[in-house]
Amino acid sequence: MDSGNAFVAALQLIAGFDPDFLRVVALSLRVTVTAVLIAALIGLPLGALLALSRFPGRALVIVLFNALMGLPPVVAGLIVFLLLSRSGPFGPFGLLFSPTAMIIVQAVLVLPIIIALTRQTVEDLWREYHDHLTSIDLVGLRAIPTLLWDGRFALATALLAGFGRASAEVGAVLIVGGNIAGYTRTMTTTIALETSKGDLPLALGLGIVLITLTILINAAAYGTSRIGIRYAG
Amino acid sequence: MLRRTLLAAGFTVVALSGAVAQTAAPTADNRFITVSSTTSTTDSGLFKELLPRFKAKTGIEVRVVSQGTGQALDTGRRGDADVVFVHAKPQEEKFVAEGFGVKRKPVMYNDFVLIGPKSDPAGIKGSKDIAAALKAVQAKGAAFVSRGDKSGTHSAELTLWKVADVDIDKDRGGWYREIGQGMGAALNTASAMNAYVLADRATWLNFKNRGELDIVVEGDKRLFNQYGVILVNPVKHPHVKKADGQIFIDWLVSPEGQKAIADYKINGQSLFFPNATQPGA
Repeated sequence: MDSGNAFVAALQLIAGFDPDFLRVVALSLRVTVTAVLIAALIGLPLGALLALSRFPGRALVIVLFNALMGLPPVVAGLIVFLLLSRSGPFGPFGLLFSPTAMIIVQAVLVLPIIIALTRQTVEDLWREYHDHLTSIDLVGLRAIPTLLWDGRFALATALLAGFGRASAEVGAVLIVGGNIAGYTRTMTTTIALETSKGDLPLALGLGIVLITLTILINAAAYGTSRIGIRYAG
Repeated sequence: MLRRTLLAAGFTVVALSGAVAQTAAPTADNRFITVSSTTSTTDSGLFKELLPRFKAKTGIEVRVVSQGTGQALDTGRRGDADVVFVHAKPQEEKFVAEGFGVKRKPVMYNDFVLIGPKSDPAGIKGSKDIAAALKAVQAKGAAFVSRGDKSGTHSAELTLWKVADVDIDKDRGGWYREIGQGMGAALNTASAMNAYVLADRATWLNFKNRGELDIVVEGDKRLFNQYGVILVNPVKHPHVKKADGQIFIDWLVSPEGQKAIADYKINGQSLFFPNATQPGA
């Protein structure tokens, strides 16, 4: 019924350069990009470390991170909410209902994906290049930067998977961000809000914008990696 | 070669995160309060009207988290809001009695309306007796959507079932559908399955996906819906911004704030009626 109106609404949103709408888009991107960067800075080295090290209980840790890739966002949201609430352990920082809280919860959701996929990628590369790296005396932890660099295209996909999970998410950011107009309102929480107000064309229009943005970002990443492969290969 | 590209990659990451961190830095003027309020005040568009006026006058930004009344009061209990602005007088008085709030002040009222499908299977359209209407809905087993989320509207609904002499815990059947969600979601659900639903008038007036739904019962004085505002107790939660929170409360009940509330209309229809000076409200 409303699909025609939705496209009109989407076009109006984009063409109108409505400042409120642009703020929502900017906030969504800022939160998700920051969360993915933080998760990458922690997850890439940690995943590689997990791939190369051997310790008792390693299998358990691997299974745990693999399982956490499916951590329900609403659970992550609830945990972060309880931690950041004024009555929780990190209450004095006053972070609840802020973009920082949303970055934290998205980083929590993205981190297991990056750790698990990095671990797998680096482990495969290590198996393949073990002899070569050993021969040039790159062993142990010193091999990590090289392996991460060699696996960069596979790892870029891992980051995109993380980006997708974070940008598509609504439950967790709603709980810890509070969907405050002009402050913590993201694209997904706006869609949820407009749906609840019964403005389905606008909600769907926002959905179209979100999907288009996601496609553009993925296209840019794919293009970059093609160019990279051509010049690196 | 390898080392150099690695270095470059490292640089890029650092530069990127720096750029993002910079955009993430909070703005200089940081005078704000957090208000936990109900979905109706946001969904109806009231805050969009009030808050810019308040900010222009005082420079204080109001950050509104909209939740059901029960959840909004809980947010205050945990100290995650400075002010709560809700609509369930008994729950509000309990909140103050427990020491979580300083003082409850009445602000405004509107009314609840019973929404139902135009086909009206319970045959109650046009009635002004909400008790008889709900009794008929139950007797006919007509589909009814309940918020089921401890919101102000939900607690009003439960009170009305009692008034209608229906023991909803015992008399509920497949016709009574508790969805545990906000007002908008409840209206969407009712619209999708042509069910009856109790709504606050403001949200209903602002609701767009009506389908076959319309107002079936209105005007009963038992459908009265009072809103109150409370400062979260700084004795329980020392970080509460009591000065700025109090400025907001004082403004809401001042002639200027009350006029701003009265001025908010959709299609010439007022959504909320100020009554801060009415005794006992």
